[in-house]
Amino acid sequence: MPADVMLDSKLPTGPIETRWDERRFSLKLVNPTNKRKYKVIIVGSGLAGGAAAASLGELGYNVECFAYQDSPRRAHSIAAQGGINAAKNYRNDGDSIFRLFYDTVKGGDFRARESNVYRLAQVSVEIIDQCVAQGVPFAREYGGLLDTRSFGGAQVSRTFYARGQTGQQLLLGAYQALERQIRAGTVKMFSRTEMLDLVLVDGRARGIVVRDLITGEIRTHMADAVVLGTGGYGNVFYLSTNAMGSNATAIWRAHKRGALFANPCFTQIHPTCIPVSGSHQSKLTLMSESLRNDGRVWVPKKIGDNRPPDQIPEDDRDYFLERKYPSFGNLVPRDVASRNAKEVCDQGRGVGPGGRGVYLDFADSIARLGEDVIRQRYGNLFDMYENITDDNPYKMPMRIYPAVHYTMGGLWVDYNLMSTIPGMFVIGEANFSDHGANRLGASALMQGLADGYFVLPSTIGDFLANAGPDPMTPDVPEARATEAEVRDNVKKLLSIRGDRTVDSLHRELGQTMWDYCGMARNDAGLRKALDRIPELRQEFWSSINVPGEEGGLNQSLERAGRVADFMELAELMCIDALHRTESCGGHFREESQTPEGEAQRDDENFSYVAAWQYSGNCSEPVLHKEPLTFEYVHPTQRSYK
Amino acid sequence: MNLTLKVWRQKDANDPGRMVTYEARDISPDMSFLEMLDVVNEELTLKGEDPIAFDSDCREGICGMCGCVINGQAHGPNHGATVCQLHMRKFKDGDTIAIEPWRARAFPVIKDLVVNRSALDQIVQAGGYISVSTGSAPEANSTPVPKEVADTALDAAACIGCGACVAACPNASAMLFMSAKVMHLGVLPQGQPERYDRVSEMVQAHDALGFGSCTNIGECSAVCPAEIPMDVIAFMNRDLVKSRAGKQMKRA
Repeated sequence: MPADVMLDSKLPTGPIETRWDERRFSLKLVNPTNKRKYKVIIVGSGLAGGAAAASLGELGYNVECFAYQDSPRRAHSIAAQGGINAAKNYRNDGDSIFRLFYDTVKGGDFRARESNVYRLAQVSVEIIDQCVAQGVPFAREYGGLLDTRSFGGAQVSRTFYARGQTGQQLLLGAYQALERQIRAGTVKMFSRTEMLDLVLVDGRARGIVVRDLITGEIRTHMADAVVLGTGGYGNVFYLSTNAMGSNATAIWRAHKRGALFANPCFTQIHPTCIPVSGSHQSKLTLMSESLRNDGRVWVPKKIGDNRPPDQIPEDDRDYFLERKYPSFGNLVPRDVASRNAKEVCDQGRGVGPGGRGVYLDFADSIARLGEDVIRQRYGNLFDMYENITDDNPYKMPMRIYPAVHYTMGGLWVDYNLMSTIPGMFVIGEANFSDHGANRLGASALMQGLADGYFVLPSTIGDFLANAGPDPMTPDVPEARATEAEVRDNVKKLLSIRGDRTVDSLHRELGQTMWDYCGMARNDAGLRKALDRIPELRQEFWSSINVPGEEGGLNQSLERAGRVADFMELAELMCIDALHRTESCGGHFREESQTPEGEAQRDDENFSYVAAWQYSGNCSEPVLHKEPLTFEYVHPTQRSYK
Repeated sequence: MNLTLKVWRQKDANDPGRMVTYEARDISPDMSFLEMLDVVNEELTLKGEDPIAFDSDCREGICGMCGCVINGQAHGPNHGATVCQLHMRKFKDGDTIAIEPWRARAFPVIKDLVVNRSALDQIVQAGGYISVSTGSAPEANSTPVPKEVADTALDAAACIGCGACVAACPNASAMLFMSAKVMHLGVLPQGQPERYDRVSEMVQAHDALGFGSCTNIGECSAVCPAEIPMDVIAFMNRDLVKSRAGKQMKRA
C-alpha cells in the first residue's frame, strides 16, 4: 500500500474577487537570475503545454518540452472549432467576470471549485489580449474591433472565434511563441518522444522516462519539476472525436506512481457528430454545435419507419427536443441533447445504417432564409458532411449521433495546479479542475490557455523557490529502476506474439465502455463492465500480437502501450461511475432522475470531488473525498423546460 | 471493392527502399483512405508481417500530420483536402493505387511513408512569430484591425503545415508554407515591427535547410489542403525586396 495522502487543496479564502491576487502575492518568487538554474519538464505541447513551455521559457527557466507528434503544432487542441470564452463584455450585453464564473459553475452542475472557476473567468480577459498581440486572426467587425458570438446556449455573446478554426489559430499562436523560445535556447523541444513513466526521488517528481519514437531508445530526463499537459482520455472508448494518438499513458503512469485521479467518470458526449458507418471506423468527426441554431432534430414517430426522410410527412415526425423542451428546443445543453438522441434510438426509432442516428433537418431554415444564407453560415460543415457521408445536406437532412468528446475528469490538482505528488503539476484537459461534471462550449480553449499562460507560470515558481535548485542526473537508483521497468514492459508487449491485434481488443474495450459507461449508466450495466474489463485485460496480456522490434519506429508498439493503460483506466472510470449513485452533468445514472427524466443531483451525499488513489491493484482503488462548498452560486436543479 | 496497392517500403533512413504490392480486399467505399490502410495493416499484423508505417493523428484534416503521394498526387485526387479526408468511393473496384512518401531532400524518410518534417518548424523558428511575451499584451481592442485584413490574415494562417506543397514542387521548395506565415503576420498591424527582418531571416533559413527555389509553377497551391493561394508568394517576394532595399539604405 502506498503512503496515505492528505488532500490539501490549498484553496484561498477571503472575498472571491481578490483571492487570485492575494495568492499571487503570497507565492514565493524565484530571483530572475536564478531561474535558469531550474529545469522544468513539460509533457505535451497543446494549448496548455505549449503555452506553459513558451511562458516559462520567456521567464528564463530551463525548459524541456516533449510531444509524441512530429511537431508541437499537431496537438489535438488544433481541432477545436467553436471558439473561446472571455468576459470582456464588449457587447454591453450584461456579461461580467462574475457572470462567466456563475455560468461555468452552474453549467458544471455544481461539481467544480468556486475559487478555481472564478480565477478562470478573471484570466479569460488577459488570454484574449495575449492572443491578439501574437497575431491570432480573430473575427472582426467592420469597424475593426473584435467580433463575438453567443455559443452553447449562453445568453450573452462572449465567444471569440476565428471561423471554425479557433483551436487551430490559438494553437498556432502558442506554437509560434514556443518556437521563438526554442530559437532563444530557453526551451529544448523533443518531438516524436513519448513519456512512458514518471521518476520519483524521495517522493518528489524528478523526471520522466521516455521512448524516442524514431530510434526506439529509452532514456530518462531529470528536472526540478514535471508538468503534464497531455490532454484527455476519451480514446478509452476507442471511437471518439479525439486524435488517433491521444492517450492517457502519461497521466495513468503518474497515477500509478501516486497522483490521485479525480472524477474519472465525468466524460462529455457531444451531440452533433457524424454517425458510425461501419466496423472499419477509426474515429468520429464532430460538427460544430452551432448547427443546432438552424437545424431541427427529429426521428420518425413509428418504430421501423424506413421511408426516406423526404417521404415522411410532418405528422409522422417527432421533433422530440422541441416537444420535450418547449423553451430551449433544439438548443438544450449537450448532455440533454445527447441523452434524448440515445433514448429515441433505444426505442428503435433511430435512422440510418445500424439505427444509431437522428435527423438534423435544415429544410425549414433553407425555406425561410434561402440556401445562400445557410451556405454562408455552415458551408464548410455541409461540405465536410457531404465528403464523409456522400449525402447532400442541402437536399436531405443530416444524420447525427452523439460521440465522446472531452473528459472533465483527470489528475487531481490543488489550487496551484500541483498534483498529490510534490513537484508534479497538471494543466489543461489532463487535470480535473474547472469544469465540474459538464464543460460548457468554448471553455476548453479558455482553460488550457489560462493554465498554460497565466496560472502555472505564477504557481510553479513558489514550489521551485521553496525547493531550491538541485540538478540531478539520471544515474540515481530511482531513475535506473523506473527505466528498467519501462524496458521490461516494452519487452513484454513484444514477446506475447498471440493471435489478436491491439486494435481489435481496443475496439472491444471501447464498445464495453460505450454500452455501460457512456451516455447513461446504471448499477447492473456498470457491474457487467467491471466483470468484463479484467477479462479483456487478461486477454490483452495473453493474446496480442505486436510485430516488429524495440528499436526503430514501431507504431504497433506505441499503440499497444497506450491501450494497455486504457485497459486499466477503464476500470477506474466504471468504479467511479458505480460509486456515484447520483446523476450530475455528463454523468447520468438512470436510477437518479427527476419524474421528467432529467439528471437528479444528490448534494447531500455527493457534493465532493472523488479522488482515487492507486492501491497497487487497479480493481481496488482507495477513495478520498474533497468536499465542495458553494458560497456564491447556490446549487439549484438545472431546468431547460 | 478489391484493390491492388503498390506501397513504398523503407525500413529506415539508410535502407534504399522499394515498392511492394499488396492486395486490399473487401474495402467499403465509405472508408477513408487511411482506414483502408488500417485494414491492410490489421491483416499484415495477423500474418506476422511488419505493418505499413504512416502518420496520422486528428483524421479531421486539420492537424497536418498525415500525407502521402497517391498515384503521383500529394494527398491524392481530392482537391483541397488531406488524405484522411479522402474516401474510397473516389476509387473503382479493381484499381491499382501507388502510395509513396513525401519526397524532398529536406524531408528524409524515417520509415515507409513517414518522413521527418522538422525543417518546417525550423523555418518558423527563424522568425515566424510576433515577439510578445506572456503578460505584456495591450488591451485586445486597442488596435483595430480592418475586417478584410483579418480575413486575409486568416486565409494565410489556415496553412496546416503538412508539407504537401514541398512534395508537389519539382524544386522541393517550401515557399508556399513559408510565405503563408510571412503574409499572415505581415498584413496585421501587430506584425509590423518585425515585418522585414522576419521575411529575410525566414528566407535564409528556408534556403539553408535544403529546400529548393521557387519558380512559380503553382503545383504547391494546387495540392494544398488549405487552398493557400499563390498570392502569398508574391506578397513574400515584395517584402523580401523591400527588406533588402531597407538594409542597403541603412548601409548607405
